[in-house]
Amino acid sequence: MARYLLRRLAFLLVSLALASVVLFVLLRMLPGDPANALTSVGAGPEQIAAARHAIGSDRPLPEQFTHWIGQLARGDLGTSFVSSLPVGPEVSSRLNVTIPLTLAAFVLAVLIAVPAGFIAAYKRRTWYGALLSGVSQLGIAIPVFWLGMILIAVFALNAGWLPAGGFPQDGWAEPAEAIRSLVLPVVTIALVMGASLTRYVRSATLDVLGSDYLRTARALGASFGRAMWRHGLRNASVPVISILGIELASTLLGAVVVESVFALPGLGSMLATGIAQHDYPVIQGVLFVSTLAVLLIGFAADLIQRIIDPRLRGRLSGGSR
Amino acid sequence: MNITKSALYGGATAATLALTLTACGGGSNGGSASGGAYDKNATVGVGSLYEPQNLDNTAGGGQGVTEALAGNVYEGLFRLTDDGKVEKLLAQDYKVSGDGLTYTFTLRDGVKFHSGKKLTSQDVKYSLEKVIGKDSQSARKSNLEVIKDIATPDAKTVKVTLSKKSISFVYNLSYVWIVNSEAKSLKTSEDGTGPYTLNKWTRGSALSLDRFAGYWGRAAANKGVVFHYYKNATALNNALLTNAVDVVTSEQSPDALDQFKNNQNYKVSDGDSTTKLLLAFNDKAKPFTDVRVRQAVSSAIDDKKLLESVWGGYGKLIGSMVPPTDPWYEDLTKVNAYDTARAKKLLKDAGYGNGFTFTLDTPNYDPHPTAATFIKSQLAKVGITVKINTITPDEWYTKVYKNRDFAATLQEHVNDRDLVWYGNPDFYWGYDNKQVTRWVEQAEAAPTTAAQTELLKKVNRKTAEDAASDWLYLYPQIVVANSKLSGYPVNGLNSQFYAYDIQKKG
Repeated sequence: MARYLLRRLAFLLVSLALASVVLFVLLRMLPGDPANALTSVGAGPEQIAAARHAIGSDRPLPEQFTHWIGQLARGDLGTSFVSSLPVGPEVSSRLNVTIPLTLAAFVLAVLIAVPAGFIAAYKRRTWYGALLSGVSQLGIAIPVFWLGMILIAVFALNAGWLPAGGFPQDGWAEPAEAIRSLVLPVVTIALVMGASLTRYVRSATLDVLGSDYLRTARALGASFGRAMWRHGLRNASVPVISILGIELASTLLGAVVVESVFALPGLGSMLATGIAQHDYPVIQGVLFVSTLAVLLIGFAADLIQRIIDPRLRGRLSGGSR
Repeated sequence: MNITKSALYGGATAATLALTLTACGGGSNGGSASGGAYDKNATVGVGSLYEPQNLDNTAGGGQGVTEALAGNVYEGLFRLTDDGKVEKLLAQDYKVSGDGLTYTFTLRDGVKFHSGKKLTSQDVKYSLEKVIGKDSQSARKSNLEVIKDIATPDAKTVKVTLSKKSISFVYNLSYVWIVNSEAKSLKTSEDGTGPYTLNKWTRGSALSLDRFAGYWGRAAANKGVVFHYYKNATALNNALLTNAVDVVTSEQSPDALDQFKNNQNYKVSDGDSTTKLLLAFNDKAKPFTDVRVRQAVSSAIDDKKLLESVWGGYGKLIGSMVPPTDPWYEDLTKVNAYDTARAKKLLKDAGYGNGFTFTLDTPNYDPHPTAATFIKSQLAKVGITVKINTITPDEWYTKVYKNRDFAATLQEHVNDRDLVWYGNPDFYWGYDNKQVTRWVEQAEAAPTTAAQTELLKKVNRKTAEDAASDWLYLYPQIVVANSKLSGYPVNGLNSQFYAYDIQKKG
């Protein structure tokens, strides 16, 4: 296991290094010049050149890249072109919104999807099994911004129970207000994520229900509950955990839309602003941190799968991303 | 895109409507306090789409920092009033030498910075040098580069010598914030002399101001202001509907107005902005080199119908680059007014009796695509075929603004007093009239503002007659506020939002 962990960590570092190269190169291939954003009306070529020099975008790409990597090695995410403020502290303050949002939505989605998916499979011939299945199908088709707007209209604008958006200026120093601000966005993400997870749980359960080992266990005298608990759950959870990892990662990155609808100062809205302004250090910083998070989530999913399923322990699995 | 450049054009993220000026001039403010006492200790919530980039207006703070801090936290020697006039603020008095090159300012007594330090001439000198310094990103940098020397004979006197006459000097000074010369980290903190101090700025979320107890003038009518920042108009409107904010500085979505218009809990005010929507011809490229063609196009488009379809009853028609709040305004809507028969005749005279085809470079965000489609259908009626080429703000900047590679384009111009760009033959639209250039130069060197106004009126009339561009309409400046609020600014002359006169009923 120790050897596996080491190899897996090395793999993670190599992935991160590759990702940072790709990130850097792709950004520089976008059309547009960040210096345009920094000069005022009627600026002449020499002023634009000065702006380029000030932000370092006039230096050769390899030099810019080594500069960036050097900063990263020191734990410094650089300085925004547009605001000339450091990126790192802003990323961490944005994470105070995005991490609770994503994790809470994820937990809620799992709490919805596991029972719903199981019932949809096990009771697929009853009306409520079919209904659950149908509703989850519908849930997948709903765009997240639309659901967010509906929830705002019902619970904020009409009922007045919850805020329509925003986050308290003092953040978690006002815990009650902070939690209230996150309720609707969490529910929005959880419902959409839960719908697709329900489909996966359902199909994994269906596989198990039709499997030979379950039939054998039953034939050996195990009750259905015991057979499911001992054999079914373990087997069904392996593919589901893969999916959970992917869903969690994509929620982290996909928070842009929800953060915009609910006016939350999270990582997604920071990324959106950075892109609009060609602010490379901001885009790089946010994407680098997200990439790191995604790789870590994949790592955790792999580990959990190996603990659950001894058959995976023989090989280096990279299948969960 | 592009925050500082939004002074010229805006993108979806840095939308361009200039906001509002205050308060000090006359009672034109949002809703009179209809009797009843107000709460001196109320906190006013302001909803805005324009978050500052940082807190320094010479370091790319953008439109947002002007909105939040100008007049509220920082003050200039002069300030702009709601009707576009300039009045003394930190300057107690000033004298201009006979040759118009030396300005001597006497500073107001008893002014303190928020840090407690007394205002001195050194601070004024420092602040001016900051604006014209090498690293300055101030939008007024080029205007103030006429400053040759700044002397401080004593603690309350500042003597500025100019390299040439500049009648707009005092006006331009109203954009210069007086900052404590010893202040540090102005990108994230402040040290001004205004009626509010900065409490806290939480990036991506909000900026709060508290009433400053040591203010030299009349104390603010509220205990504090919190600017809440939103990324889209819907979230902003929702915040107003749920009382998360009391006032929205600039309403950008005409469709959303109905929910406030017929609701007694809200007041909708329709003020004047300085944002003009232009169909800008490339006056140096055929066929728009011919004044008759430009006049024909201007006469062939029914601006009134366009404004109606975009803003539904809000906004104003303009016949030139000058909005009503500029001192040299004149109603020129009759010049090259809508008249298709005239348009056809002009085209025939210019040798385009059978029409022609041109490409219209159209920025990809509202209202440009709507306007482009409308123009296309209007011009089709006089035989002109329009090809709409949709471009991003970045492409616009490179293709149109820098490379001048265009026939005609749509663009919003936000600045006040920006008629003078027609005196610059190198500007992107390429209007080149020696007489106009001379008038603009003479106006800047004029001995009095009256003489300046007279000259710029000539420029205004000439460019309008020449159809240098086609000025489609003036944007409305719509402020929506909770009915409990009064004393807020309603006109959009600049990006400012003076908050100190806002009264909130308990």
